[in-house]
Amino acid sequence: MTILTDPPRESFRLSMLINDTRYRSLTFQGIALLVLIVAFAYLANNLLTNLAAAGLNIAYDFLGSPAGYDINQTLIEYDSQSSNARAAVVGILNTLLVAFLACITATVFGVTAGVLRLSNNWLVSKLMAFYVEIFRNIPVLIWIIIIFTIMTAVMPAPRAFRGDEPEATMLLGSIAFTNRGVYLPAPIWGPGSMVVVATFFASIIGVFAYRRYATNLLYATGKLLPTGWPSLAILFVPSLLVFVVMGRPIGLDYPVLGGFNFSGGIQIGAPLIALWFALSIYTGAFIAENVRAGIQAVSKGQTEAASALGLRPGRVMNLVVLPQALRVIIPPLISQYLNITKNSSLAIAVGYADITATLGGITLNQTGRAIECVLLLMLFYLTISLSISAIMNVYNNSVKLKER
Amino acid sequence: MNKSTLLGALTIAGFAAGAAAAGTLDDVKARGTLNCGVTTGLVGFAAPDANGEWKGFDVAVCRAVAAAVLGDPTAVEFVPTTGKTRFTALASGEIDMLARNTTWTFSRDVDLKFTFVGVNYYDGQGFMVPKALGVSSAKELDGATVCIQTGTTTELNLADFFRANNISYEPVPIETNAEGQQQYLAGACDTYTTDASGLASTRATFENPTDHVLLPEIISKEPLGPLVRHGDDEWADVVRWTLNALITAEELGVTSANVNEMAANTTNPEVARLLGTEGTLGEMLGLDAEWSKRAIAAEGNYGEVFAKNIGEETPIGLARGLNAQWTNGGLVYSPPFR
Repeated sequence: MTILTDPPRESFRLSMLINDTRYRSLTFQGIALLVLIVAFAYLANNLLTNLAAAGLNIAYDFLGSPAGYDINQTLIEYDSQSSNARAAVVGILNTLLVAFLACITATVFGVTAGVLRLSNNWLVSKLMAFYVEIFRNIPVLIWIIIIFTIMTAVMPAPRAFRGDEPEATMLLGSIAFTNRGVYLPAPIWGPGSMVVVATFFASIIGVFAYRRYATNLLYATGKLLPTGWPSLAILFVPSLLVFVVMGRPIGLDYPVLGGFNFSGGIQIGAPLIALWFALSIYTGAFIAENVRAGIQAVSKGQTEAASALGLRPGRVMNLVVLPQALRVIIPPLISQYLNITKNSSLAIAVGYADITATLGGITLNQTGRAIECVLLLMLFYLTISLSISAIMNVYNNSVKLKER
Repeated sequence: MNKSTLLGALTIAGFAAGAAAAGTLDDVKARGTLNCGVTTGLVGFAAPDANGEWKGFDVAVCRAVAAAVLGDPTAVEFVPTTGKTRFTALASGEIDMLARNTTWTFSRDVDLKFTFVGVNYYDGQGFMVPKALGVSSAKELDGATVCIQTGTTTELNLADFFRANNISYEPVPIETNAEGQQQYLAGACDTYTTDASGLASTRATFENPTDHVLLPEIISKEPLGPLVRHGDDEWADVVRWTLNALITAEELGVTSANVNEMAANTTNPEVARLLGTEGTLGEMLGLDAEWSKRAIAAEGNYGEVFAKNIGEETPIGLARGLNAQWTNGGLVYSPPFR
């Protein structure tokens, strides 16, 4: 019988930090970290010293003082006496608005173009290839400026709507396209309108419940319920019924030409439209390529097998190919959403009041607090990017390949 | 080296860097060119001409300083700055001085740590509207869309004006004058507001200048003048007294044409001190005795510069008004050369 004894413990020697592969990487990382800290300390110290020499300091009191300027698109109450902090919040909301809108439309454009690019129809696939190549290879700033310039140059000014024989007329008498933006009728919320809104939200939940029920029924019994028209019916019929029953509590406030501009209704400003549309079609082209790559990553055998079972091409795409393609599509899609959010800072080119324009533009310039404002901007974009990334990763985990 | 001595050394290095940046006059002399911040283009004040050469009222100040310091009015590197980039460019040392229709305000002088060396144009904010709009007063602009250069004092005055008159407006923020002009002409805004001189200059470049009117209201005081970094008094003195030399030259009748003759033959002691034939004013500034002669010869005295670039004979057609010499009822006044 042999007795196994532990090998003698090697005592730690200083030279092992260099010679022993177990410690070497740690040593070098430690040195790199130290160098990094010193470098940053040097830069920060240099900055503070030079600021002090110039009689300046880093302070955030300016955030509380009145901003003094007006903003053309505010989602919350704001006037020129509001604080700089509030102006920054207005900018943040505007950034989030355009990023949210552009993410949705870019996804729609991208998925459509990506699927169509693989179409068997030669014309359709070539048209989509043309769209993708044109938009992907020209910088987004150029697109923003092109679209904005076209809007201001081609669309009529509000004064063209004036007079007995105006040069321009409103679409359906209620929508005006002008070079300052699009004016739409706005809803007026009368008494009882909240019931209608609540019904509508309940209907949305109802649609999801119905679709889940249909899926479960399909998996359990193989019986396929229609989902298209019942979803639409659940979405709109109850709301319409309640709307009529409650005595039509929601009216419309039409824009009218008064004074210099249209007043009343909702104004969607030209800068927002230009930025939104440009970001959508530009990023849509990238998403189209992601979608195409994702679809092509799914083995052709899957399509053939599904077809052999007798599924129609639309079903093959929706039920077999796209769900598998999603695992490949989602991770790069996250980057595209981040890109949209970051590219929205190009808003400055068309005078859209996003965070870069308010906090990083006017406030920075009026107060001269460049370092403070830029630090806040960095913090904002970092937070937003990490949040989008986190949310999308949760979604990615829910669709990625389940290994059992 | 332990950490505290390392940081100590770095601190000293930082101070040294700060101290080295202080002697702008020496820097300019050593470099051989003056870095002068101007606008990105406002005809009459600062804009490149057909040959790409910078011309204008503000440009003349840069050239006069370059002539005084370096002996060559063309030794200027013009750095175009927007309303947003101008102060950073000056504070960071990218430019030695800013001559860019910039309004002298308390907070810029005190809080942003700049030194305004004087006023080369007394201005006020006005409004321009198309004649077809039928507006005759700025108080009728309720609900109007207003094009405004962002990050300027005009932006703040605009908000104050509409607030004080209890009327509303919608701002269209733009970055440069060229952009504002394009938006205004396309009808994307009803009115364009900036300094009245800027409006006159912009209107002069229109195809049909007479289709546009400047409204009578001047809603603010806008003393425009060159500025330098705070804390470099020697350099501030050089720029300040170069500007004053141009103003005094007009007052005393010294022009670019007769400056040499005046220097040789004058019997007026103040002219003699100004032109360096008597006293040691140039030496006190750290320059030679001929500094002001060169500054005046570069583009002419204040009146000549005004007449050549923005005066009534030019397309911009600004009257002297407040910018006449104090002897003619204006505000232009230089402290004495003695």
